[in-house]
Amino acid sequence: MSAQWKLEAKREALETRACVLHATRAFFLSRDYLEVETPNRIPAPLPESHIDALAAEPWWLHPSPELCMKRMLAAGYGRIFQIAKCYRGHERGPLHLPEFTLLEWYRAGCDYLRLMEDCEDLFIYLSGAMGISNRLTYRNREIDLSKPWERLSVKEAFDRFGSVDLERALEQDRFEEVLALEIEPRLGTLKPTLLYDYPLSFASLARVRKDNPAFAERFEIYIGGLELANGFSELTDAAEQRRRFERENDVRSKRGRPPWPMPEKFLEAISRMPESAGIALGMDRMVMLFADAFSIDEVVSFTPEEL
Amino acid sequence: MYSASDLRKNLRLMLDDDPYIVVDFQFVKPGKGQSLYRCKLRNMLTGSQIDRTFREVDTFKPADTEEKNMQFLYREGDSFHFMDNENFEQIALTQEQVGEAKNFLIENMECKVLMFRDRPIDITLPNFVDVVVTDAPPWIKGDTVSGNYKPVIVETGYKVSVPPFVEQGEKIRIDTRTGEYLTRVKG
Repeated sequence: MSAQWKLEAKREALETRACVLHATRAFFLSRDYLEVETPNRIPAPLPESHIDALAAEPWWLHPSPELCMKRMLAAGYGRIFQIAKCYRGHERGPLHLPEFTLLEWYRAGCDYLRLMEDCEDLFIYLSGAMGISNRLTYRNREIDLSKPWERLSVKEAFDRFGSVDLERALEQDRFEEVLALEIEPRLGTLKPTLLYDYPLSFASLARVRKDNPAFAERFEIYIGGLELANGFSELTDAAEQRRRFERENDVRSKRGRPPWPMPEKFLEAISRMPESAGIALGMDRMVMLFADAFSIDEVVSFTPEEL
Repeated sequence: MYSASDLRKNLRLMLDDDPYIVVDFQFVKPGKGQSLYRCKLRNMLTGSQIDRTFREVDTFKPADTEEKNMQFLYREGDSFHFMDNENFEQIALTQEQVGEAKNFLIENMECKVLMFRDRPIDITLPNFVDVVVTDAPPWIKGDTVSGNYKPVIVETGYKVSVPPFVEQGEKIRIDTRTGEYLTRVKG
């Protein structure tokens, strides 16, 4: 009983959470997206070196609904969204929970630039629903959500905020460190920032830029220093995707973790996938923004420690 | 051996041949990237603090330390006096060595003192401690809007957030591991 007052104190944030969830659904339904649900329990996740899936014997809890949603995209479902509980091991901090909520949406016939505009529209719609007319107050800062948001390439961000430039950070294997500790806290402070064009080694499942193959068409949203979403123009080249998965598995092996099986059905599907773009957005963090919360703990009914 | 994912507040580990304790810890993970563990560590010998960022692949040796059961006797300025329950010897720790535990030390309290090569370097408290609230703003009845919690000061000088109904002179239970209020204690 002793911790009940903490739960009672969450009421306002949980009401904000419900409002954000409802408005998000309303936004996508008004744009003719189909809401889908895909299994949370899957035979194996996509091979990614730095994401640890949690076991649900003999299968796994999905770290994101990406795999199944892209198979749907390949089968002709051209506009889909999902709000899904996702699970990742070894992730706990003020911005991380091992069980969290992701919003993912995919759209055929569109690239990452068009997807960025979807993101702007979603937040403007949400701020309308929350009655804050594009002015978000987060951690004593007023952030202007109106279009257009700031667009900043990863290279420019390193030049502007990093202690080393992008080239040197990659050489010294310090890309993530400089990005997370030096650059991220300074992004999206006046307006949201769309950080785009990631170096090829951090392409993930993104398509490479045709005019500059050193970069991939991937972007992330930052608002008030908070990383909210990761989107890209989807890679539809199965051979290239297989090579990337093999590299991810190599990194996993070096870290003493078992490699994942090749997702053959997924690879077969993406070769049939239309040109498309998709994005995963952390719902809990989005609620943090609208609830002006300092920690992710404040916007969920229970953290694992409170159970 | 510890790996980076074992890092948490109060973990004791060897770093550059000295015992360190993690005093603050932040998990940072850039999108799709590797986890970073941003730590503030205190050198348990010198008391000095350092900032370090570790990666998933980093490993550490546990600190080479031994725990002894002791009783806290009294505080005199910056030194905290303890007695060994086995041989009744008395030792003193500095404020730096005591660290955050100073917030919860009550006379005659049983605790564990950590020894590193026969030197007292840290103490571990019972998980729960009951302390008297010495300074609290009054409860404005019916204040439910801003009244989720309020700051009070307890007998050790520690400041803690409590529900609005807690009043001066009352005893409250604090979890010494998190420093958070748990409940009111009767009597």
